[in-house]
Amino acid sequence: MSNLGTQGSEKPPESRLKASAVTLAHGGGGKAMHDLIHEVFVRSFEGNRTAPLEDQARFSLEDLVAHGDRLAMTTDSFVVSPLKFPGGDIGKLAICGTVNDLAVGGAKPLYLTCSVIIEEGLDIGLLREMVESMARTAREAGVKVVTGDTKVVERGACDKLFINTAGVGVIPAGRDLGSDRARGGDVILVNGVLGDHGATILAARGDMAISTPIESDCAPLNGLIEQLLTAVPETRFLRDATRGGLATVLNEIAMASSVGIEIEEDKTPIRGEVRGFCEILGLDPLYLANEGTMVCVVPESAAARALESMRAHPLGRGAALIGRVTNGRPGRVVMQTVFGGRRIVDMLVGEQLPRIC
Amino acid sequence: MKYVDEFRDPEKAKYLLREIRSLVQRIETTKSRPLSIMEVCGGHTHAIFRYGVETMLPEEIELVHGPGCPVCVLPMGRVDDCIAIAESPDVIFTTFGDAMRVPGSKKSLLQARADGCDVRMVYSPLDALRLAKENPNKKVVFFALGFETTMPSTALTVLQAEREKVHNFFLFCNHITIIPTIKAILDSPELSLDGFLGPGHVSMVIGSSSYDFIANHYKRPLVIAGFEPLDVLHGIWRVVKMISEGRAAIENQYNRVVPAGGNPVALDAIGRVFELREFFEWRGLGSIDHSGIRMREAYARFDAERNFLVPALTVADPKSCQCGEVLKGVIKPWDCKVFGTQCTPETPLGSLMVSSEGACAAYYQFGDIDKVHATKDA
Repeated sequence: MSNLGTQGSEKPPESRLKASAVTLAHGGGGKAMHDLIHEVFVRSFEGNRTAPLEDQARFSLEDLVAHGDRLAMTTDSFVVSPLKFPGGDIGKLAICGTVNDLAVGGAKPLYLTCSVIIEEGLDIGLLREMVESMARTAREAGVKVVTGDTKVVERGACDKLFINTAGVGVIPAGRDLGSDRARGGDVILVNGVLGDHGATILAARGDMAISTPIESDCAPLNGLIEQLLTAVPETRFLRDATRGGLATVLNEIAMASSVGIEIEEDKTPIRGEVRGFCEILGLDPLYLANEGTMVCVVPESAAARALESMRAHPLGRGAALIGRVTNGRPGRVVMQTVFGGRRIVDMLVGEQLPRIC
Repeated sequence: MKYVDEFRDPEKAKYLLREIRSLVQRIETTKSRPLSIMEVCGGHTHAIFRYGVETMLPEEIELVHGPGCPVCVLPMGRVDDCIAIAESPDVIFTTFGDAMRVPGSKKSLLQARADGCDVRMVYSPLDALRLAKENPNKKVVFFALGFETTMPSTALTVLQAEREKVHNFFLFCNHITIIPTIKAILDSPELSLDGFLGPGHVSMVIGSSSYDFIANHYKRPLVIAGFEPLDVLHGIWRVVKMISEGRAAIENQYNRVVPAGGNPVALDAIGRVFELREFFEWRGLGSIDHSGIRMREAYARFDAERNFLVPALTVADPKSCQCGEVLKGVIKPWDCKVFGTQCTPETPLGSLMVSSEGACAAYYQFGDIDKVHATKDA
């Protein structure tokens, strides 16, 4: 690992990184690697410095303590294909994913790491674009990328670019969110539409020659979450509905809290385009991934306040109450369908495979 | 969504349910046993569970989820053949998504891919043909399966491959045909069905008159229905209405799509490329005469069975598996000895547990598990 902060105003000369594609030499520890790190990473993450360039980032405990009384830590790896998709790219995703994982625990995300594994042959311009996207998203989310690592592997050993980000945040005193805290009578809210990210990625892979106007919802949610938790400190639980979608998060809550959950299909916000996309391919939008949509459980008495607070934020305009926690069979998630029937919404087995006909 | 949401209108559903309830009261036999209606098609099974249609019906109606899920009736031996082809040198094996998880005697295609075979999911046989053109040094095999719904697109793809002289495209033909299958169910000595919901998309190809024998010879009513929940409910209402009137006829609820004579262009393409097999092995149902489809001699060079070494062995279903009885409506999924214990969607023993169109997987994932537990505990 090496600290990604810059040393003063000193900049490596532009001409040093001449190659147009990453080669194994860029991971060899020599001059080429030094140039790559400085010209691509250090330059993009300028201003993120917490200490002089060392093998590790260093922070003052005093600064951390000022934010709260517990540390939160998380890590996530990003291997999305294609690297760029409508509404985002792997760089933006790598920041949002880790920021959101910290924020849904009630933490204020502060510092992130950035480890990349690059397949030899990757266009350096593309790499730079992805790293700049990370830097931009980090600024937007108010977090610093403070240390990182670069590895280059042979062609075929990874798919173009894999990114791992770990993150540290601080949880303010008194905040205690948990998937085991849902109680019968609580309500289930979401901050916006479901399935946009999953549908975007499937469409962007180009396997099915369907073009859609759908964009990924990929966004850092820490601002929205801070606003919500300030307005509704009694919030029980938050989770971003990433892989496995809404259905998976609801099942996790139902199991961890030993409660039943009942949602209503006609109150669950899904764009017409995403519904149409799923109809054609035989997919269920409840299982599609999201990167900027989260599930919130709050006591019923706080429902209106929570919705109002979320709707006042740009990322929460589409906030909706979609269902309730019940004292029904523990671990069971049921959906009242638009048609008037009831169905069980179970966890997905393996990946969602399209139906034949 | 236009032309979709209209067919999911809960108010219309309530009206139909009231009508169905009042009709079943007039049917004398429902006092001793429920009416048993089979939906033949897996698409219907999916819609029934997806929208909770079964939970809305009165107790006097029992739905039997029939053999119309092509993935569910695929015998293990055929999956083994797929894997043998996929393991052959220079092969790209292409398949529809939900066939990936069907267990063979040793592994599924999903496991074969993990073991290094080039297995790719496609959405149309034309995707496979495109892959063949893009990879002239590979042999691209398309795993063709499904009833008459998918048969025309496969046939047209073979005709296109012939026209474009694509010599590295092959078809592993596992198409099956619906009429002999329904006949086999009707001839079964355990038969206890009162009526049928006929498949919508199959009928679009073969036409509604193909079912006349069911009314004429077997005296059972059949209503061809669409796949939206209101279509399904409307279809059930029409079946129940016929039973209450003591009539057995073939009616077409899906007339916005299904013509009496079917689709002549599709039928012509099917007739040019395919012919009936003498018999074909079904999972759970055993061998059914003239129910399978193979490629005609004229298209032998596209036929994977003639161009690859396939073991073509019959592999017996696991002994504990009762897929056949479930398919025929003799038992309910949860009455099966291994349902939810040895056989789950994570580790399916029988193929009815594999696809979301399979009755067992549908019950396991969407269904009324409380009812299942109550029956099992009793």
